[in-house]
Amino acid sequence: MRSHARIGFVLLLTPLVLWLGLLIVIPHIDMLLISLRERISFGVYETSTAQYQKALTEPLYLRTFWRTAVMSVLATGITLLIAFPVAYYIAKMAKGRLQQVLFMFCLIPFYVSELVRTFGWMILLRETGIVSNLLQWTGLADQPVEMLYNDAAMMVGLVYTSMLFMVVPLVTTLESLDDSVIEAGYDLGGGGFSVLREIIIPHAMPGIVSGCIVVFMLSLGNYLTPTMLGGKDSLWFTEMIYNQFIVRSNWELGAAFGFMLLVLSSVIVWGMLRLTGRTLQETMG
Amino acid sequence: MTPDLECADLTKQFGETTAVDNVSFAVPPGSFFSILGPSGCGKTTIMRMIAGFLDPTSGDIRIKGKSVLDTPPNKRPVNMVFQHLALFPMMTIAENIGYGLRRQKTPKDQISRKVDEALDRIGLPGIGGRKVDELSGGQKQRVAIARCMVLEPDVLLLDEPLGALDLKLREHMKIELKALQATFDTTFVYITHDQSEALVMSDQIAVMNAGRFEQVGTGQDLYYRPDTPFVAGFIGDANRWKGRIERVEGAVLEMRTETGLAMRATASNDLSAGDMAEIFVRPETIRLAASADALADFDNQLQGTVTSILFNGAASRVLVQDSVGETLEVTLPQSGEFSGLHRGDTVHIGWGAAQAICFGGGA
Ligand SMILES: Nc1ncnc2c1ncn2[C@@H]1O[C@H](COP(=O)(O)OP(=O)(O)OP(=O)(O)O)[C@@H](O)[C@H]1O
Ligand SMILES: [Mg+2]
Repeated sequence: MRSHARIGFVLLLTPLVLWLGLLIVIPHIDMLLISLRERISFGVYETSTAQYQKALTEPLYLRTFWRTAVMSVLATGITLLIAFPVAYYIAKMAKGRLQQVLFMFCLIPFYVSELVRTFGWMILLRETGIVSNLLQWTGLADQPVEMLYNDAAMMVGLVYTSMLFMVVPLVTTLESLDDSVIEAGYDLGGGGFSVLREIIIPHAMPGIVSGCIVVFMLSLGNYLTPTMLGGKDSLWFTEMIYNQFIVRSNWELGAAFGFMLLVLSSVIVWGMLRLTGRTLQETMG
Repeated sequence: MTPDLECADLTKQFGETTAVDNVSFAVPPGSFFSILGPSGCGKTTIMRMIAGFLDPTSGDIRIKGKSVLDTPPNKRPVNMVFQHLALFPMMTIAENIGYGLRRQKTPKDQISRKVDEALDRIGLPGIGGRKVDELSGGQKQRVAIARCMVLEPDVLLLDEPLGALDLKLREHMKIELKALQATFDTTFVYITHDQSEALVMSDQIAVMNAGRFEQVGTGQDLYYRPDTPFVAGFIGDANRWKGRIERVEGAVLEMRTETGLAMRATASNDLSAGDMAEIFVRPETIRLAASADALADFDNQLQGTVTSILFNGAASRVLVQDSVGETLEVTLPQSGEFSGLHRGDTVHIGWGAAQAICFGGGA
């Protein structure tokens, strides 16, 4: 009997262990090892921290690293600001059918691939695009306006891509808030703002934190949107990793970059949890 | 004296359905007013209109003489204890109780003093630091009341606040609530579908049915002098007979039931011979006797057999089947006289015409 249970347990656990081991742990260990070596000559390597030194001293690398971090945090913040009212409306104000329809609207953009979605933005925003033409037609602009290839366009793309991942956890937590608790807030003399601050936001905190973590990681690791919508000056850190691995075949530096990104996202997620006084367990469970 | 709360011709329609239909009542200061009615009769709707969460379709609500229709819920001098209490789970008990005071911009030291006072009054000193889910059902109940009472509202609304508690605790909280009302000396408007809650606690009870008030009065009024068949059937239990009135002699009338029995009851309002009517007799007003002689003084006498004894401590009943086959509920006296009663025994039962209430139109 006991051994049966053990076999079952092992069988159930195997896929998870394989998945974690093959796809996450082993490649990362390998990456760490690659990042810690230096190429002396053809086929001769030496252990050193040269890659990290290079990454941390070269201004372009460092600047891109921090820019990516700050922009990802910004994208997360903007996504939260836009998603919260939307989620509140879906969870608390819309009833029955309307609720389902609105939820579907949030999902629909994900029916097409990210590439196509991003092209959609390009069609709208480019110099000969719809928005530019509209502005000229209404007389708000007297020549074609280029709205692509800058930080604003990139931000729009990032927020748009992440929206759903913020709305879903928010709707779930907000739905679990009893209407009468909100009413009690008003009944006891609270105005809209204080009810929001003291009751709704604290209740929605797990959803806010988990939504922010997901959106932050998605933005940080996004490659397509920053590459296609961002300008020459808005280099994204993932682009640099790609360049090192594929264009330059400098695996050592690419691996070091990858590790820096991993550390960055871990630190920011940890900071986010610390700031809101939650544990990862509470947020994900 | 201006009533603390006054509703005038209050009506609320949801599309086609009329949830509250022309309800008027006034609650004098310091009294305990209950609205009692079956599920879905519109009690919560009235309450939510008073609290300001719903706008009446027509009619007026006045608190201390002033109409509050244009006042938003957070500015009304009424507070509400919700059916499921709606304590704020993200706050401690002290923060819950202090929430309203913080909204009024009360200084911090005064808030903590008032919160401590309120906790003392509800008999739970020192629990301010606990979380909501660390309290028992009855304690949460009291905290929910304290949370409203620190704001010293003119009227406290309570929407079936005992609904979620178990029976034993409910019995206990009934007495406790009445005592709390006396301590805080505030007007309570209490809604419930449980008649015993309403009867035990209230100064005045409104019995509500399908959006209307059937009768407003003290517990005694409703129990002894119901105005409508609905009230007679809803408050307490009753044996009922339908039939046609044969004679009216002053204060007493005689009715022939559909099963052919002649029955005497109190003549009320405008009943006359030939009318269809319905008679209500409470099980506890029926006297049980071993022989017919003992019942000589009663206007109504029947003989029957015991079909069942429903033992329930002090509220034990006997089911008696009369000669025409109807089953009556009769309260079993606890004097020991009938402790030897068995199924199949023949008993005599009787009751006075004054204890039998008659309403017209029972057809
Ligand atoms: N928002 C609403 N929309 C439509 N109909 C409603 C709405 N709220 C209540 N009703 C209807 O109004 C009637 C009265 O409802 P209400 O909630 O006041 O009943 P209640 O007496 O409080 O019942 P209970 O004892 O079950 O709580 C019901 O028939 C209900 O279906
Ligand atoms: Mg109700």
